[in-house]
Amino acid sequence: MANGYAGQILRVNLSTKGVAKQPLSEELIQEFVGGRGFVAKLLWDELPPGTDPLGEDNMVVMAAGPLTGLFVPGSGKTHFGTKSPATGGYGDSNMGGHFAPTMKYAGYDVIIVTGKAAGPSILVVDDSRVEVRDGAEYWGMGAIDCEKALKDDLGEEFQIITVGPAAEKLVKYACISHDFGRQAGRTGVGTVFGSKNLKAVAVRGTGTIPVVDPAGALEKGKAMYQSCYNKPGFQGWTPFGTAGITDWVNEVGAFPTRNFQTSYFKKYKEINGAALREKILVTDKGCFGCPIPCGKYSRARTKLGQVTVEGPEYETIALLGGNCSLDKIEEVAYANYICDQLGIDTISGGAVVSFAVECFEKGLLSETQIGRKIAFGDLESIVYLLEKIATREGIGDLLAEGVRTAAARIGGGSDKFAIHIKGLEWSGYECRNAPGMMLSYMTADVGAHHNRAWALGFDISGGSGSVTDLIQGKGERPASLSVFDPAAYAAKVDKVIELQHMRPMFDLLGVCRLQWVEIGMEVSHYEEIMPLISGKQMSLADLLVVSERVWNLTRAFSAREIPGFGRSFDYPPGRFLEERIPDGPSAGRVMSKEEADWLLDEYYRKRGWDENGLPTAATLEGLGLGFAAETAASRAK
Amino acid sequence: MKIAAAEERCSGCRVCQLVCSLTLFRETNPGKAAIRVKGEFPEPGRYWITFCDQCGKCAEVCPVEAITADGGVYRIDRDSCTGCGLCVDTCPKGAMFTLAGEDSPFKCELCGACLEYCPRSAVFDADGGIPIRRW
Repeated sequence: MANGYAGQILRVNLSTKGVAKQPLSEELIQEFVGGRGFVAKLLWDELPPGTDPLGEDNMVVMAAGPLTGLFVPGSGKTHFGTKSPATGGYGDSNMGGHFAPTMKYAGYDVIIVTGKAAGPSILVVDDSRVEVRDGAEYWGMGAIDCEKALKDDLGEEFQIITVGPAAEKLVKYACISHDFGRQAGRTGVGTVFGSKNLKAVAVRGTGTIPVVDPAGALEKGKAMYQSCYNKPGFQGWTPFGTAGITDWVNEVGAFPTRNFQTSYFKKYKEINGAALREKILVTDKGCFGCPIPCGKYSRARTKLGQVTVEGPEYETIALLGGNCSLDKIEEVAYANYICDQLGIDTISGGAVVSFAVECFEKGLLSETQIGRKIAFGDLESIVYLLEKIATREGIGDLLAEGVRTAAARIGGGSDKFAIHIKGLEWSGYECRNAPGMMLSYMTADVGAHHNRAWALGFDISGGSGSVTDLIQGKGERPASLSVFDPAAYAAKVDKVIELQHMRPMFDLLGVCRLQWVEIGMEVSHYEEIMPLISGKQMSLADLLVVSERVWNLTRAFSAREIPGFGRSFDYPPGRFLEERIPDGPSAGRVMSKEEADWLLDEYYRKRGWDENGLPTAATLEGLGLGFAAETAASRAK
Repeated sequence: MKIAAAEERCSGCRVCQLVCSLTLFRETNPGKAAIRVKGEFPEPGRYWITFCDQCGKCAEVCPVEAITADGGVYRIDRDSCTGCGLCVDTCPKGAMFTLAGEDSPFKCELCGACLEYCPRSAVFDADGGIPIRRW
């Protein structure tokens, strides 16, 4: 058995209730390390090309990495991958919590679910005992309620993932929920659970993860934690978690507001980290092994009632706060809770709701079609729409498809303000004054998601040691708005590519990136601890090569699965190319089509992709992806 | 060194369990830790920490005197222990732990690793020997 790994892949076919276990192959470990790497390779190898995302043949891959579950900061990450019902291409999403560590203690680095259960089901993994059970009594429950019911029924020590009613109704952006507030929110991984009649997976694990040098790993682990404790950000960042960046994003004019109409929300101080901590916090709530818990568990009272919810974290503040214009932290928390129970991704959910409100304001959706008047800043409107979406009643049936499909059906130019890339709604950073970040969104493999390459700090301040440094104003901040300049833009392209390898590297290892991103824990620790865990040298450079390999493979996967995939899928929506930001610190900025094209040309060239944005055969072969080259070549013709 | 807990500071990360199992057994396995964290969610939204405060009740009830104090730390002599389980049943904190397939229980030997590495000082040294960590 390979050290650092549990050693097995667990396969469950829901159609037959068949369960199989196979050893994790040395080759898979060598070439793809873990987590997101395993997800990408297994999807490429095993998903029949052209599979319907909601069909029986689609797979959900859940994967840990070699550091998941170990005494390493932030070792609680679980990676999920599937063919995305939101985009039709490569889909993945990850979450913190305690699930993948427990998978490994139970003996599995990977769980693959395929097929479709005859009726509502749950999967129970109790160490070596694996069983598909009837789940009828849980069907229809809110995601949080379902987790509580399963904890009560199975035992507190089970770690559980659930989906809510939105997944049951095949809402395209349904999430997977865990630990009463953690979500794998993006790309509709929860939707695929729903399509398989799979309501939940519960895992209990009592085993030990083998490591080659336990004493050495203990000492190195201590050094990594100590490094975190000694960073200024340990005290500066932890109290507010991700919500702590709300002020900065507004002050630099990058905060999604009123469906991305502008990039500055006047009342941002009512919904920032300080408001959260002072007004609604119950307890800090961390993931497994985390020294800097960003989870903020809250209790909030609004005119619609009182809720207890984990959050809101930054993305939720951006999309349900600024973008839906809720200007009280209690109301953001309330909408957060509604999404969490329904099992709706707060990012896509917030983006879809704000899109609908703008359609209503512009007369493209009528009061009759919607069933009531709706408005920005009105909690009742937002909750109404979320509930319609989750039940697919009335207008909800259309909105459940996401903004790209909704805009195509609504027409009237609404596609210009359907804010997405590749069909995935845009997350919490408005980029008309941040070309690097815009490129990051344009080229993110899953669609408009920020976490692959958060280049915003580089755009605004020309680089920084950590997000805490940015918030505290260290580093240069240009006084003027960004202006096209080939040298500066080329540096942005380089930075995006660098980050697209660096940040997903953490996803390979199965650890959280925030210890590095937010407070600046040195990345050199990872190459130093790997030999103590696995017995093998794995330098940072080696890991980044794997990251690049995965980046190209996921691109090739989308090219394989999406008819006509290529450059045309990489452009930002019309709003960002045609409308100037009307107010706030970035007022006046717009990205021109020429800028977007320049960035794409430069990016494709540096990546070794053709002008249509497809990896060339030579690039794929150079990365050990010769098996994907033939498919890519046939697409390029 | 005297272990104490401020559960309102706990964030549920289980770093205490990780460092404990590695120290006690040289294994990465939170199920082999002599300290345990449990969350109570969605309501009321808090954590409970189970730990040994070296009260000595286990030694008092042990019929074969397999548990003895050494400088305020109670240790189990596995050779003498008959595995009767009386200490486990008696422990007022629920901090005597058993492993499947093993007769002898195990307990905290006050090495202090959890106190030193808890990110939140949710478990801490009430004697003040280890500084409380601020965040």
